[in-house]
Amino acid sequence: MPIGLREDSLVKQRPGAPTRVDVIRNLLQRFAYLGLILAAFGLMMLGKAETVIVEEVRARINDAFAPILEAIAEPAGTVRSYLDEGRQFLAIHEENQRLMQENQRLLKWQTVARKVEEENVVLRDLLNFKVGPEASYVAARVISDDGGTFSESMLVYAGNREGVKNGQAVVTGEGLVGRIAGVAHRSARVLLLTDLNSRIPVMIENSRARGILAGRNEEKPILTKLPPGTIVSPGDRIVTSGHGGAFPQGIPVGLVSAVNDALVEMTPFVDSQRLEIIRIVDYGLEGILDRHRLRTDLPKEDIPVVGPKPVHTSEKMRTVVPKPGMERRPSEP
Amino acid sequence: MKPAFWQRLDLWARNISPVGLTVVLILISVVPTHIPGYASIVPQLALMGIFHWTVFRPDLFPIWAVFLIGILQDSLSGAPMGLNTMVYLTIFGVVLGQRRFFLGKTFFVEWLGFNIICAGAAIQAWLLLSAYHVHFIAPGPVFFQYMMSMGVYPILAWIMGRWQSSVLR
Repeated sequence: MPIGLREDSLVKQRPGAPTRVDVIRNLLQRFAYLGLILAAFGLMMLGKAETVIVEEVRARINDAFAPILEAIAEPAGTVRSYLDEGRQFLAIHEENQRLMQENQRLLKWQTVARKVEEENVVLRDLLNFKVGPEASYVAARVISDDGGTFSESMLVYAGNREGVKNGQAVVTGEGLVGRIAGVAHRSARVLLLTDLNSRIPVMIENSRARGILAGRNEEKPILTKLPPGTIVSPGDRIVTSGHGGAFPQGIPVGLVSAVNDALVEMTPFVDSQRLEIIRIVDYGLEGILDRHRLRTDLPKEDIPVVGPKPVHTSEKMRTVVPKPGMERRPSEP
Repeated sequence: MKPAFWQRLDLWARNISPVGLTVVLILISVVPTHIPGYASIVPQLALMGIFHWTVFRPDLFPIWAVFLIGILQDSLSGAPMGLNTMVYLTIFGVVLGQRRFFLGKTFFVEWLGFNIICAGAAIQAWLLLSAYHVHFIAPGPVFFQYMMSMGVYPILAWIMGRWQSSVLR
């Protein structure tokens, strides 16, 4: 018999003193309430201690609901696209669209050009250039909104079945979205750059200064662990640094949007709230990302590198001295 | 024999609908809307379901269902496991104790009650989350989420009220 209030109210309506059975039932009810609250608290503690079971349970539940969410997400997308179209008719339709397309194309080219430019510089310096591991990717539909207040992450409809693994990079044409944190059979969770637990090894594209991009559960993540004396100014492009072996070098991440004494804020290229389809990329670099190193819950004070202290790759860390004419002060736009 | 079976099935389906509806509300609240900024202020739909049904049909809304609903919400939204579960259980306990106050009152009183209880839930969730991360989370989104929930409740309450009078009889 379910433990509800029905029995309780009956008990109160019944004439005469409550029987022993009623007393026991009442006790049980109270016990169930306390017990479940304790169970929830225990779950939180367990989750905090990073127990595999909690993650496993979460993955199972997500997996069970993934097909339903996927089924809802698609029609929702269709309705939305109709609405968008209507809105465009009202606006200066064609011009807007043409400009948007052109802008997108140019942005892509900009990414390509910058990458090639940087690559050229590095290549000239190197005698033997090692070709990176080949990447393969899976495209997946986003099936849940990001958790908003409680976490910056979302579900995608691709999992073990498609070869998705923990730690893989999630990207769109514009840049890095986040990484995979939690995979089930047919669904996976993407931890966005903005999540409190997200730490991405990045660098400033111009100066090659390395740092860590740390999420705060707010709109804009911050750059930390920059080498002392690094010159950084609003508008600087941030790309992945390739340290830690999680992501390859050079995936566009965002633009520095504000610099002050305390922190350097960055605006991601990717607007995570408008994502419909993302790409999960396997760069074949997951060697050092074992489960233990993918710990997601660590106190804010000690900011660890995602997967570990930077394992130095063949490229050595250099002291960054800005080239003449390139230094900019934070106050300058 | 057969009609009895179908009747029982029908009754069962009706009786399970409050819990079912609340599960649907959770699914709706996580479906991607792609509205900029909406994700961080998406109203606490499940909380509304729990509040409404605990006040009006606690017999069809057992405590273990509240627990499971909380687990589902945590799991799908990516929140720390157990966080919303604890909040929902607390709300359930508080509302169950006060439900007689709401019965037979005007809708305005019910709405006011929801607002007060929802504020408590928002504060509890914020404190729990901050404690979980050992870091003060920006309170802004929690506040806006609360405002959204306040605004959406009358609409949802009307729908659930219709449901209650037509399906549950």
